[in-house]
Amino acid sequence: MTAVLFGITLIASAGVGVVNLITEEPIAEAKKAATIAALNNVLPAFDDNQVTELEIDALPIKTYTAKAGGEVVGYAVETMTKNGFGGAIRMMVGFTPEGEVINVNVLEQSETPGLGTKMTDEGNPLITSFKGKNPADMKMAVKKDGGDVDALTAATISSRAYVDAMSRAYKAYTQVCGADGAAAESGCATDNEGHEAQEGGQNE
Amino acid sequence: MNKLKIILSGIVKNNPTFVLVLGMCPTLGTTTSAENGMGMGLATMAVLIMSNLVISLVKNIIPDKVRIPAFIVIIASFVTIIQMLMQAFVPALYASLGVFIPLIVVNCIILGRAEAFASKNSPFDSMLDGIGIGLGFTLSLTVIGAVREILGSGAIFGHSFGIGDYMPLIFVLAPGAFLVLGYLMVLFNKLAKK
Repeated sequence: MTAVLFGITLIASAGVGVVNLITEEPIAEAKKAATIAALNNVLPAFDDNQVTELEIDALPIKTYTAKAGGEVVGYAVETMTKNGFGGAIRMMVGFTPEGEVINVNVLEQSETPGLGTKMTDEGNPLITSFKGKNPADMKMAVKKDGGDVDALTAATISSRAYVDAMSRAYKAYTQVCGADGAAAESGCATDNEGHEAQEGGQNE
Repeated sequence: MNKLKIILSGIVKNNPTFVLVLGMCPTLGTTTSAENGMGMGLATMAVLIMSNLVISLVKNIIPDKVRIPAFIVIIASFVTIIQMLMQAFVPALYASLGVFIPLIVVNCIILGRAEAFASKNSPFDSMLDGIGIGLGFTLSLTVIGAVREILGSGAIFGHSFGIGDYMPLIFVLAPGAFLVLGYLMVLFNKLAKK
């Protein structure tokens, strides 16, 4: 009896192991392809990117400094928040070297379908509130909380989480942009300018 | 037993959702839209067919006392394998269904069919039973998902009718799942009895 059960678990784990060996590489490649697709979506054309891993408010944030011909053309931040209605939300945010938001791509979310999931739609109120603007010039909160961001109808919690992730992305941008020493030439926003944005984002 | 009858029985007479009332957790949880319901149904069907086949092949060498742990090991292995294969070769599909896949292990339909059918019937019949029950589950979940999506967000399979803002949201949320399931169950059983 024990031997049969042992045999079954042995065969089963061997099977899972073999499939893992086969799929390990394609899975890693698929993940990489997904990251590159997300980067292309939020950045202008680039030929080189440099990854920096940061930790902001105890959450891991990755930034990509995109260069074309040796010159910085933009920054992408893979940001996240834990305050979504259905848990964590991960997004890719593209910034120009000056700190303007180019585009936002929601990578992962489990919000309520038909409500919070609208954050992934093209041209939703959240993305239009940010696109082409510099978060330093904005009050980073939804209008209900006295900010400048249009919230999704009936999805205030999801919208707040979105703004939270955006302000974290902007924080990461200021850190990377400042650390590059490119501040003077590219005119990237300094930490001081970003300060207001950070405070506004802490309404959760 | 008539082969076609095995498949049909899974869809109507032994419909897992509306008649056997099994697997209610994934049913209520994933049917927020027609697409999600169908995805969960199809993934469950794939696991069900494979696990039914294998369990019916090895049923004679498994001692009665350890059959449940043995079944669960087989089911869990298939779920893990399907999850890894999907992640590797169809990442787009995995992105939309990924969260549901681990849920299949705890779906009692699979263990229920292993116990009630696969451990007593031939491998081929067991596969047919997997197809039948799988189709029944997929159709039920798709219908529940479609009704909730139409009533709750004014859309079907993600195609909006542009009236989403005026629809009663409650159908997308948890209470709506119970309401829709209850009414559809009544309707189904009334029609099936005729």
